[in-house]
Amino acid sequence: MKDKSQLLNYTIPQLLRWRVKETGAKVALREKDFGYWNNYTWNDFYDYVKKIALGLEKVGVKKGDKLALIGDNIPEMLFMAIGAQSIGAVSAGIYQTTLPDEIAQLINYMDVTAVFCDDQEQVDKLVEIRDRIPQVSKVIYEDPRGMRSYRSDDWFLFIEDLYALGEAARADHPGKYDELIDRGSPDDVCHFCLTSGTTGLSKASMMTHKNYINMGIQLTKVDNLENTDEYLSFLPFAWIGEQMNSFGVAMATGITINFPESVETSMEDLKEIGPHFMFGAPRIYETIRSQIWLKIDESYWLNRLVYEKFIKIGEKAARYRMSGEQMPASLRFAAWLGKTIVFDPLINQIGLRRLRRAYTGGAALGPELFTFYQAIGVNLKQIYGQTEIVGIAYMHRDGDVRPDTVGKPLPETECKISEQGEILSQSPSVCVGYYKMDDKSEELLEGGWLHSGDAGYLDDNGHLVVIDRLADVMHNSSDEMFSPMFLENKLKFSPYIKEAVIFGDKRDFVSALINIDPIVVGKWAEDRGISFTTYMDLSGRPEVVELIKAAVLDVNERAEKDHFKIKRFAVLYKLLDMDDGELTKTGKIRRKFVMEKYKDLYDALYDEGVSRKKVEAFIQYQDGQTKTVEAEMSFYTMEGDA
Amino acid sequence: MNIIHKNYVSLVSMEKLAISDVTLSFGGLKALSNVSLEIQTGLITSIIGPNGAGKTSLLNCISGFYHPTSGEIYYGDHKLNKASPHQVSSLGIARAFQNIELFGGMTVLDNLMLARHQNLHYSLLHAAIYFGKASRVEAKNRQYVEEVIDFMELEPYRKHPVGNLSYGIQKRVEVARALTLAPQLLLLDEPMAGMNIEEKEDMVRFVIDIQKERNATVVLVEHDLGVVMDISDRINVLDFGELIGAGTPDEVLRIPKVVEAYIGED
Repeated sequence: MKDKSQLLNYTIPQLLRWRVKETGAKVALREKDFGYWNNYTWNDFYDYVKKIALGLEKVGVKKGDKLALIGDNIPEMLFMAIGAQSIGAVSAGIYQTTLPDEIAQLINYMDVTAVFCDDQEQVDKLVEIRDRIPQVSKVIYEDPRGMRSYRSDDWFLFIEDLYALGEAARADHPGKYDELIDRGSPDDVCHFCLTSGTTGLSKASMMTHKNYINMGIQLTKVDNLENTDEYLSFLPFAWIGEQMNSFGVAMATGITINFPESVETSMEDLKEIGPHFMFGAPRIYETIRSQIWLKIDESYWLNRLVYEKFIKIGEKAARYRMSGEQMPASLRFAAWLGKTIVFDPLINQIGLRRLRRAYTGGAALGPELFTFYQAIGVNLKQIYGQTEIVGIAYMHRDGDVRPDTVGKPLPETECKISEQGEILSQSPSVCVGYYKMDDKSEELLEGGWLHSGDAGYLDDNGHLVVIDRLADVMHNSSDEMFSPMFLENKLKFSPYIKEAVIFGDKRDFVSALINIDPIVVGKWAEDRGISFTTYMDLSGRPEVVELIKAAVLDVNERAEKDHFKIKRFAVLYKLLDMDDGELTKTGKIRRKFVMEKYKDLYDALYDEGVSRKKVEAFIQYQDGQTKTVEAEMSFYTMEGDA
Repeated sequence: MNIIHKNYVSLVSMEKLAISDVTLSFGGLKALSNVSLEIQTGLITSIIGPNGAGKTSLLNCISGFYHPTSGEIYYGDHKLNKASPHQVSSLGIARAFQNIELFGGMTVLDNLMLARHQNLHYSLLHAAIYFGKASRVEAKNRQYVEEVIDFMELEPYRKHPVGNLSYGIQKRVEVARALTLAPQLLLLDEPMAGMNIEEKEDMVRFVIDIQKERNATVVLVEHDLGVVMDISDRINVLDFGELIGAGTPDEVLRIPKVVEAYIGED
């Protein structure tokens, strides 16, 4: 492999120019549209970026201006981002699920002056908050569908018109674009990446060109990628996990980025593309596994029999493989047989057959899930890092996958554990701070180390072990420590449990609020002839609660310590949701918020006399309408010494 | 990217639909009696009325399933009184049915491709070797169908058998099937019946988009008065086979007979 460290002297637009010289005629981007995969070569990619850059300059975007991007992943998102970066402006991703109010706050906080939206859905949000964002001078949109009534208003600009402006500007000054990007320096801030906002409003971390490019180079030093490799872009663009691939990895290696037809079709598109590597939050891997289980469950008895037999062998072999130990020949043969007759065809059905590596990050993943994926032949590895260090700073190496750790630091990354047990890191990918939050930035980068806010330790093999958020670790009334997230993940390993919230800080025992998985439990109920109407109804069925009780019992039996055992639980009548503020945009639980919102349930969990309680459920629909319904919830105490 | 979109919306000048003095009898029963109305081009015109008022019968007369006993139906210069359904559809009039009329065992894509069979101009021989003309024609039709799939947001269901889809989605496929004919006049027979609020809102948006972005004239038969009042340019009210009122939504609400038919006498 060629030494890529010279690329660190480039900005992202300069890197694109270099990539075009290397492999200009190769396919850079592919988008499914009208049922057909359309190709963009690196030359095309570069051409669009140029037009956007010159066009943006024509409409008055200057160096240092901020351009927000809201929408699903489409090639134009990259054109806009890199186009803006070409003239020294800063791009900023906003999650497409963000509600108008929050968009207004974010736009004002980040001093955004131009916004790019993919379609009418996002444009309408901006129309709603137009008078609150007076500094925004242009809203650029990609899909003209439903935009007829906005055409006469010059606040809006169709992307095709922007291309035309850029085209004209290029005809006037052919060398202009090169001049513009030559002015850039790798240490310039190029993008604002929003932190997940687990505690309050998101902060914008200021990322430089070098941050992204360094990450792309260091990652591929460990896990090499060929320029013929494929990647499917299905993570939200506003998330660092997507940007590190599209800004860093893709351009450093020349892989092809594929854009799904729509968010709903991404799993189908995955099958058609068959990517070589993928990155996702644990939720995605949990969903895929649920689907596999569901399909196996629905299959013929023979299939089920063969699957059950070989998954056990596969898991046994996976434990050897993950630890890099030599397996006995008989097991090796049985595992090969299982791979050939069951698992290869199985993962081919999901589109993971060509996958060399799958990474999970953003939240912790149950150890059982690693073993499961490794058993079916998907090389799933844990990564760890923060937005502020471009997503990945630690990861497993092939043949050294330990489910309870997050692996070793990437090259050029240093790790230190503070006296308080906090994980500190140092690398060229660490951001320069938060926008307009000097005190927070100082806290973050105190002493030249990135403060993660996570508690952890380095084990004897040099692997980093993350316990939980430093602020989230809880102590019971006898001051014994436990990690709620750790217990939640154990519960979530049951296919019937979608989400769980653990309480017990300064209390006598641990308790849990549980969300059932509507699809898996729905199917389970259907198979047993249990009728139900809504999610609320299903959650309250006594049979379902018994099912959950069995899952809790299972977790309790395997508890490492006695005070980890869950003593009381209740099944919540609604799914925790981002729109209701109960989850962050990346799907993490906002524990404090949930506890305050369901205060009466929390109290009932710690009042052992209560077994049933009437509650008022407040429901907000996506269109903003609200409704209050009355529900009766049951509370269960686990028997035994738990 | 919307390259295909504009080119495919046919810009043939639209014709006016004129119904004059139409009566439809089944033996002694008069389903329609002396109905006269005009459907103006480019508008959304609703036909409302209680059950059995003759709304679907009127659509059946226009689309050639029934032939009026007396009276005349003109689409521009074309007289539709005796026209058969396929002749009507070749004039650019398409219809989505109240009871979903799709092939449940076939995929969404196949249903839509089949709906364009009148645009498949190639011989059996061409079809057998599937080379040159046949594959070219198929590709062109597929492109059109894909554009409709995009328009009706059916991408996730493209390869799903229609019978497995939810009712709301099947209704959407039904409307898409009519759209594959590139209609200038689209007859929608209760497209929102049996839908939940969210599905209804989606369908309302589709109907408006069909009118504005595909430049089609829409005739809507619908029971949901809220929807009808919101999106119609003109409304015609039928009761026991007779036209009892016509006009803009505001005008229609002021006609005493209409109020009586809908709300009842006080």
